[in-house]
Amino acid sequence: MEAVSDITSQAGTALPLLRIDGVGKRFGGFTAVDGVSLDIRPGEFFALLGPSGCGKTTLLRMLAGFETPDSGRILLNGEDVAGTPPHLRPVNMMFQNYALFPHLSVRDNIAFGLRRAGMRRAEINARVAELVALVRLEGLEKRRPEQLSGGQRQRVALARAVARRPRLLLLDEPLAALDKKLRDSTQRELKALQRTLGLTFIVVTHDQDEAMTLADRIGVMNAGQLVQVATPRQLYETPRSRWVAEFVGDINIIEGRITTREAGRLRLTTGGAGELAATLPPEFGDAAEVCVAVRPEKIRLSLRPPVDDPAGGAINRLEGTVRDVGYLGSASSYTVALDGGASLRVSLANAARLYADAYAVGQRVTAWFSPDDCIVLDR
Amino acid sequence: MSGRNLFTRPARLAAIAPYGWMVLFFLVPFGFVLKLSLSQVANAQPPYLPVFDLSAGWRALVAAASVLSLDNFRLLLSDDLYLAAGLRSLTVAATATALLLLLGYPVAYAMSRLPRRFQPLAMMLVIVPFWTSFLIRVYAWINILQHDGLLNQVLLALHVVSAPVVWLSTDTAMYIGMVYSYLPFMILPLYATLSKLDPSLCEAAADLGSSPLQSFWRVTLPLSLPGIGAGALLCFIPLVGEFVIPDLLAGSDAPMIGQTLWLEFFTNRDWPVAAATAVMLLAILLLPLVIYDRFQRRQMVRP
Repeated sequence: MEAVSDITSQAGTALPLLRIDGVGKRFGGFTAVDGVSLDIRPGEFFALLGPSGCGKTTLLRMLAGFETPDSGRILLNGEDVAGTPPHLRPVNMMFQNYALFPHLSVRDNIAFGLRRAGMRRAEINARVAELVALVRLEGLEKRRPEQLSGGQRQRVALARAVARRPRLLLLDEPLAALDKKLRDSTQRELKALQRTLGLTFIVVTHDQDEAMTLADRIGVMNAGQLVQVATPRQLYETPRSRWVAEFVGDINIIEGRITTREAGRLRLTTGGAGELAATLPPEFGDAAEVCVAVRPEKIRLSLRPPVDDPAGGAINRLEGTVRDVGYLGSASSYTVALDGGASLRVSLANAARLYADAYAVGQRVTAWFSPDDCIVLDR
Repeated sequence: MSGRNLFTRPARLAAIAPYGWMVLFFLVPFGFVLKLSLSQVANAQPPYLPVFDLSAGWRALVAAASVLSLDNFRLLLSDDLYLAAGLRSLTVAATATALLLLLGYPVAYAMSRLPRRFQPLAMMLVIVPFWTSFLIRVYAWINILQHDGLLNQVLLALHVVSAPVVWLSTDTAMYIGMVYSYLPFMILPLYATLSKLDPSLCEAAADLGSSPLQSFWRVTLPLSLPGIGAGALLCFIPLVGEFVIPDLLAGSDAPMIGQTLWLEFFTNRDWPVAAATAVMLLAILLLPLVIYDRFQRRQMVRP
């Protein structure tokens, strides 16, 4: 897979707070991080997303100073900090397991970094009170970490991490230990906190919903490389590669070959779905063997074939039989076996209360979608 | 239901077993010692009075019990010899425990930082001396420390000293023997605590601006206090009553309480005073145990 460099794409914008320049790290024979380059702008909420073992945590640990890169530079405000030990970096980290000091109270945990900074006692007290109020832990200052709930511990960890007002806050799977309900509310709080304090956040996560909700930009990593850096919307709607398309969200992939290519429109023949029309993406190469990717929610179903769309473009109409229906509450997920042999996943919103399961298993349907909703990718 | 009963009864027995062990092998013998400590020395067989004869009837038993007194304890408290021996035992044990901690902590810390696959080997190396009898190892130290022993030969060969140093029958030799013999008891509980310490806590400390030394002082050391307590007790308690090491390696001018006890029992054949010494020793050692137990409980309250 081809790695991307984010540096060139941002030429001319504001000076980056953090520039990661060709950073690599090997553990024995295993390459954990492979030549990653990335710029982080001040005030940005950036997410590093990838499957476990993709190197995102190693990259984060190099930013914190717990690992030293084998190659490349880490420039913080233009100064190379790659060899600086963690206690001398103006960077703080929130650990995945929170790493709260079990022998210290909530207060002393939060004040820990301030004391090391040699702050005056009165100043420390004021700052701690401010932070305790910020993360709504009033009245719990004297408790020890094991006397707190998971959500409270998470907030102590957050308060402790932002106490020193770091230029850059690193968060390693900040919400992974929380249950789903709590995670949703905490996501909003985290984002609000980032705006309030005006800090730059880099969060590492394997949870794409989390990355999408939180981040201004997402860097997707795979096998030690940064494979795409984009806004959540770009990442979902215009993935750069088949791997990213399949990793982020649910998607149907149909392999085919291009037959004609004219006026921004491609026509393809596919093995499993017959003839398809697709909009030619900008900057698309000369490849003939490609794959077409369509998100399940972009496909509609109907009992009779729909007429061509009034704008004049031909829509893709595929005949098939419903094989499976999954009711998910807000939407239903259908599996349609196409007559051509391929299988499509289709997601339809259950927009009306008494109208669920409109299509039953065994029913003949037409699946249709616009050429604009087709993502054309190299195989 | 029957399956549940089958499980419960042996489990209940297993829960009682330690208490049964305590009663049979500690409380009953201690009862004998306690009774002996309240008896009077006598030129007889056995060498004390009264002797409880269960076949003589209730009245005889009551008469015998009325002879019991605290005289031996009064003697122990009034004679400087015993007080000095007790005090010396406590100071020697405390000094040796401090030395053990100073030496054992770095070893345990280094062990806990080894790659996981080397840790069992390191633990093995700590335990290996137990494969040889303790007494033989202390005798080996006599060999090493004597006038023309290995230590003096090495020091002379290296020109560190110009004449052989007197090591044997000094406190230095005793402390060498104590630290050597008890080191595993200090290292193992410390290692157990330190190896369980979450490494991300030290990273968090570093992340929050602590130098490695500050991280150790503020995080590692406080969190290893349970191990320090366990190791210190495991060494301190037997060291207070230690007999073999001071007897073989130290001088004879200031005996420890264990030696005094031995002297009363075997040389003076004063079993009651020896028993009273043993009871006093136990009473003194109960204090640190109670303190440690309090500490442990406080740790347990917050799970």
